[in-house]
Amino acid sequence: MHFAISNVDISAVYLIVIGFLIGVLGGFFGVGGSFIAGPALFAAGLPMNFVVGTDLTHIVGKSIVAARKHGLLGNIDFRLASIMVFGTITGSETGVQIIEVLKKRAEVNQVVGGVTIAVLLVMSAGMAIESWKTLHMKRTGKGGGAPAHGKKDASAFRGLSRWVQSIRLAPMVSLPNSGIASISLWAILAVSYVGGVFSGFLGGGAGYIRMPSMVYLLGIPTHIAIGTDLFEVIISAGYGAFRHALKGNVDILIALVMNTGAAIGAQIGATLTQYFAGPWIRLAFAPLPLIGAGLVVYGLVTNHPAP
Amino acid sequence: MKRADTKTLQSFLIELVIYSVLVFLYFWAVLHFAGASLKRLFDGSRPVYATVALALMVGQAAGLEALTRWMVGFIGRRLH
Repeated sequence: MHFAISNVDISAVYLIVIGFLIGVLGGFFGVGGSFIAGPALFAAGLPMNFVVGTDLTHIVGKSIVAARKHGLLGNIDFRLASIMVFGTITGSETGVQIIEVLKKRAEVNQVVGGVTIAVLLVMSAGMAIESWKTLHMKRTGKGGGAPAHGKKDASAFRGLSRWVQSIRLAPMVSLPNSGIASISLWAILAVSYVGGVFSGFLGGGAGYIRMPSMVYLLGIPTHIAIGTDLFEVIISAGYGAFRHALKGNVDILIALVMNTGAAIGAQIGATLTQYFAGPWIRLAFAPLPLIGAGLVVYGLVTNHPAP
Repeated sequence: MKRADTKTLQSFLIELVIYSVLVFLYFWAVLHFAGASLKRLFDGSRPVYATVALALMVGQAAGLEALTRWMVGFIGRRLH
């Protein structure tokens, strides 16, 4: 099928299937799925500038469907999302600017790529260990009273989020929907800002950074972290998509075709979260940062930016 | 399986079938009728294209979701 805007020929079935897979992942884990969509579109022959913009546009549509479903399930903390949007957009701009500055320096790709790989590997290993420990605690009855089931989440790393919540840096906000009585606004902005930097730097939504950060650092229950992240992605990815469209980097027809598959997948993914407890979702999520790390390795080895 | 789970699964399967039909129809409609117009917008006015592109994406997602929800409710009322 010919797409006149980007002047490429791509099978519509291929786009729908890719969209479907990303939709399931996005609905279940709260991630944008760029680590699959980017390479898949690039492999199909879409020019790099269209890959990033078109992917972001498609993420907006997929996140609307998944977030709406999560909203009906009570998994969105709107107050948290509205605060995080500011940190994500600012961080995303910073990430883009960092890339522009670093492009002018020699061998900096290797340094930054190495740091990114290290962060993603630690995150993946940390999530696998934590969720496994939490499930083990639950099995042996040492769960500390916190259920590893439903939205009241259990976590073996609960101490970390308790420490973050104990930082008394005004203004303090309460997040009743997430079960948090008081937390510094700056802690929320810092977490979303770092996620935004990764988003601007690596492309896509960087949900594989933000979702675990919300759970482990802010203490948000996993189901609510997924739904809230998706809601926040609608705004931040929408902003990015509009900017890319202005620069002529969006083929909306490709994004719409992908979204037809993603719309179904997102429904499936979001519905599936009801059948899994937080630690199980986090255990399944653990390999995802490895895919991000693999893309960075690919970029370093081939001297080609990760799509 | 619990009764509530069965009900959710039933509703979900109905949604899935409706979604499949709707997105298939929408997909053909967009490609056949909007393709040439969007290309002209892309070449002619980038700000208008950007606005229309985002509006189309939001509209497609929100429209399909809302329509599915209404249809599931309608089917649910007819079944009970």
